[in-house]
Amino acid sequence: MAEERGTHEHDHDHDHDHDLTFQPNIEDSDPSRYELMTYAMRELLMERGHLTPEELRAAQEKVESLEKSDGAKVIAKAWTDPEFKQRLLDDGNSALAELDIDAGAAKMTVVENTDDVQNVVVCTLCSCYPRAVLGMPPDWYRSKSYRSRVIIEPRKVLSEFGTEVPDDMTVRVHDSLADLRYLVIPRRPEGTDDWTEEQLASIVTRDTMVGVSNPTAS
Amino acid sequence: MSGSFAPGDAVQVIATHPPGHRRTPFYIRGKVGEIERVCGDFANPEELAYGFDGLPKKTLYRVRFKQSHVWPNYSGPETDTVDVDIYEHWLLPA
Repeated sequence: MAEERGTHEHDHDHDHDHDLTFQPNIEDSDPSRYELMTYAMRELLMERGHLTPEELRAAQEKVESLEKSDGAKVIAKAWTDPEFKQRLLDDGNSALAELDIDAGAAKMTVVENTDDVQNVVVCTLCSCYPRAVLGMPPDWYRSKSYRSRVIIEPRKVLSEFGTEVPDDMTVRVHDSLADLRYLVIPRRPEGTDDWTEEQLASIVTRDTMVGVSNPTAS
Repeated sequence: MSGSFAPGDAVQVIATHPPGHRRTPFYIRGKVGEIERVCGDFANPEELAYGFDGLPKKTLYRVRFKQSHVWPNYSGPETDTVDVDIYEHWLLPA
């Protein structure tokens, strides 16, 4: 039987009713088993007073509104300060902390695009993503198509994003699986030598830091 | 750091298929690669998934594989690679 999201029916007796309803995040399919478990946990936490709807909404708002410019700011600094870039490559978490960015418990692994190497990041098992720096992952990053194809035919997927990588460059795919999160330092475009950090940050987009696109000076 | 492998070491991913929450993807099992870096020691996510403490911690590595080895029909250049983070208990010397 189809159930309305946020409620469920019982075939056994409880001494209380689950009468909370929730605003769903997306509505394009029935909830999976794990989503239902999440809803059940949420109901219990609220019923027992550990979490309020306002707290949940506020936490969601915070995660979903993390500015992607945090990442752009990091890249602009790396482009203009070689010593910072080296610290970022050596130990992402502590270099990010210099900019008051808390990357969390995951190990931030920073890789650099060069004239010889194009890095591209995926999580084939789920959707591991450096949310602390880039905010929420784009839908395509979570899609089964991207996750299954970029690992097997990265050049074709990059080309579908409008990024052609010549054969004399190496494509390096990074499968982010559990405790590592990746950030790509894109190549700094030609013609930006006299740009300020602010100008530089303005051309560093989310997709360039996942590695499926490259910034341009125009 | 307790890991027994060092950057540059050749390793083979164990070709086994235990049930449960495993963080080593199927496509890389049995493949031979090279340790790219040692990432540190982490509580084992395969145990954490079931509410255990994940201890003792396991050493995590980034292992680099040639795409042409991982995918026999890979059409890109020989130099293309895939880097996968893999826990020590999934690796054997190769």
